[in-house]
Amino acid sequence: MSGSAVLILGAGSDMARALAHKYASAGHDIQLAARQVQRLAPDQADIALRHGVTVSLHEFDVLDLGAHPGFVQGLPSLPDIAICAVGLMGQQSESQTDMQKAALVMRSNFEGPACILGLLANAFEQRGHGVLVGIASVAGLRGRGSNYVYGASKAGFVAFLSGLRNRLARGPVHVLTVLPGFVNTKMTEGMALPQRLVAQPSDVAKAVFAATQKRREVIYVKPVWRLIMAIICALPERVFKKTNL
Amino acid sequence: MSALSGWGQYPRVQAHLAQPRSPEALRALAQSGGTAIARGNGRAYGDSAINSACTIDLRAFNRMLQFCPDTGQLVAEAGVVLGDVIATFLPRGWFPYVTPGTKFVTLGGAVAADVHGKNHHKEGGFGAYVDWLDLLDHNGQVLRCSRSENPQLFQHTLGGMGLTGIIWRLALRLRPVSSGWIKQTRHVARDISHAMALFEQAQDATYSVAWIDCLQRGPAMGRALVMLGEHAAPAELPAHLRATPFALPKRRQFHMPITPPSWLLNTATVRAFNALYYWQGARGAGRALVDWDSYFYPLDAILGWNKIYGRRGFAQFQCVIPLAQAEAGLRALLAAIAAAGAGSFLAVLKRLGAQDSPLSFPMAGYTLALDFPVTAKTLALMQQLDAITCHHGGRIYLAKDSRMARDMFHQTEPRAAPFAQYRQATGAAGAWASAQSERLGL
Ligand SMILES: Cc1cc2nc3c(=O)[nH]c(=O)nc-3n(C[C@H](O)[C@H](O)[C@H](O)COP(=O)(O)OP(=O)(O)OC[C@H]3O[C@@H](n4cnc5c(N)ncnc54)[C@H](O)[C@@H]3O)c2cc1C
Ligand SMILES: NC(=O)c1ccc[n+]([C@@H]2O[C@H](COP(=O)([O-])OP(=O)(O)OC[C@H]3O[C@@H](n4cnc5c(N)ncnc54)[C@H](OP(=O)(O)O)[C@@H]3O)[C@@H](O)[C@H]2O)c1
Repeated sequence: MSGSAVLILGAGSDMARALAHKYASAGHDIQLAARQVQRLAPDQADIALRHGVTVSLHEFDVLDLGAHPGFVQGLPSLPDIAICAVGLMGQQSESQTDMQKAALVMRSNFEGPACILGLLANAFEQRGHGVLVGIASVAGLRGRGSNYVYGASKAGFVAFLSGLRNRLARGPVHVLTVLPGFVNTKMTEGMALPQRLVAQPSDVAKAVFAATQKRREVIYVKPVWRLIMAIICALPERVFKKTNL
Repeated sequence: MSALSGWGQYPRVQAHLAQPRSPEALRALAQSGGTAIARGNGRAYGDSAINSACTIDLRAFNRMLQFCPDTGQLVAEAGVVLGDVIATFLPRGWFPYVTPGTKFVTLGGAVAADVHGKNHHKEGGFGAYVDWLDLLDHNGQVLRCSRSENPQLFQHTLGGMGLTGIIWRLALRLRPVSSGWIKQTRHVARDISHAMALFEQAQDATYSVAWIDCLQRGPAMGRALVMLGEHAAPAELPAHLRATPFALPKRRQFHMPITPPSWLLNTATVRAFNALYYWQGARGAGRALVDWDSYFYPLDAILGWNKIYGRRGFAQFQCVIPLAQAEAGLRALLAAIAAAGAGSFLAVLKRLGAQDSPLSFPMAGYTLALDFPVTAKTLALMQQLDAITCHHGGRIYLAKDSRMARDMFHQTEPRAAPFAQYRQATGAAGAWASAQSERLGL
């Protein structure tokens, strides 16, 4: 598969950078898509220099649904793998009181990512191959009082990816859902997290790379999260509603 | 706030660590008003890269930006780790001109300490291969500095321990090599004068370094293994390596899982030394072909070996003694170390060449380095070694220091006062400070 292109949506984040390096090190050309994408010129040079692959930059706002078809048309080639790392955590306190802000979180984690991956899925299906990767979150597996707006939008994304996978299961297009727990990135900067549960961006990249090679369906990055979420999801609602997670 | 320390895990200082990711965030930190210090990969042993109010982690600025295969010039951000430069460019036939004994340093850290390698006597320090720097100052300005542009700022930044501003980007020249292998020749030295004679005879050797057995007193004091090295050409490699001259034989990295007592490390290394010493002595000069990773970075294979000294941490004593006084100075140092008998010690000896810099460590002479677990006894011994160094006109390496007294620093460093004045005059003094610079009054 080396030589083929990998598209990374939301390419400015630590996780996306790690993913880009991982795929480039295996010989893939890289398409970096982000808002104000020119700021990624140093990353473009770095990835190209280290790994000897072609790296291109593409302006992309996941909320600008009208621009999505033109964006896909404008890529140097239809990618073989498309990874959506776009996400917006927001602040729960704000999302509770300001519905504009809540809507922005929901649109950034669900509406936008689902629409662009839906579009790419159709193009991949028509072409006859392709892998779609959605970076969702364990937060999408059960709504918690401390960040349910983010969690609900990730839940929507998880359901979308699951449905898309189901629809495409008999065809050549593969769908991977990634459910990271805590990852050490800008999003979690300054939070006091139990370090044993925190993955590094490079761990996510390694796990995603391996999962796309093995055509896995759903991965958690750090296996302990599968257990944690199994317990959290098993709690009866009566009990769960009183927890403070 | 979290506890920050250098490689020696001593001292530990409560400090705020800022981790900027964007140029805007970095600029904002540089202009924030209070004092701050840049931090690379934390391989300086002591408190050089710690400021309790604001320590700025440069590791997110780790992109290589440009490479010119005609000149070997690499332009990169300061947070790039030297090992990544090697991983990227050795397969294309390039290697750093100067490397310290670990590849896990950032380029910014290597510039700020103006690090030296086993070739300083012949090829100079890291700074000699820096064509220019982009320095971020406390006004948020980026100043291009080189030998022709802002030359004073350039010179004060090489070896300036982060005290002139934040090194953001730099242009570094790499060395063309035709293989990843080093031809090593090992000589046995009976005592310290023999070791020095071997170094002096080997002025043309690209690399030279010695291990000294610090336990020996009397006539065998300073007995050593002196190792010389040259880059090997493909024709000099055995047939099975010639086709892939840059490939590295598989070497497994392992983590230090527990914290064994430090005497174990010292006893083991001294045993290995003794075995090699007698074996080599019996066979005459030993020749070997060594891969670059084992040759330059033997300790890097054991990740986290600094934890071996336990919770109290350890300190490295590294001084340089000028040539004229070197033999007398080394004898006095070795005698003091052997007399203290605090366990078993292995020291590294190198010959440094002349260098004229505002604060860089090297001078024409001999540098001795050895690690001590931190105890009241070893701290006292190191003070004694400071005094011997001072008496013989030498100085202590700031990148290794974690405990020197301010008076001693100023006695050994006539350059400290002019350096501090330069910082006052440029406004750098009010903006950049480390726990070390405050301890030493720099
Ligand atoms: C095992 C081992 C072997 C070593 N061998 C050698 C050797 O052979 N020769 C030698 O010379 N040294 C040697 N050293 C010391 C090491 O090379 C230096 O301390 C080097 O500065 C560490 O780089 P760093 O990126 O870890 O910097 P840090 O330790 O994080 O910082 C060191 C200094 O550099 C400054 N600094 C870092 N980045 C920047 C920046 N971007 N802008 C401005 N200032 C900055 C800091 O403020 C601090 O003063 C060795 C260290 C170890 C652990
Ligand atoms: N960190 C964690 O603990 C964790 C855990 C589970 C899942 N995740 C998920 O992992 C992914 C990567 O996150 P991260 O941790 O690396 O944090 P991050 O740095 O905040 O990454 C989020 C990325 O999404 C981009 N983005 C937001 N809105 C966008 C829009 N409208 N159009 C285009 N791009 C947009 C951001 O771009 P800008 O730079 O332009 O703002 C940013 O690069 C996210 O989906 C996140 O939800 C993270």
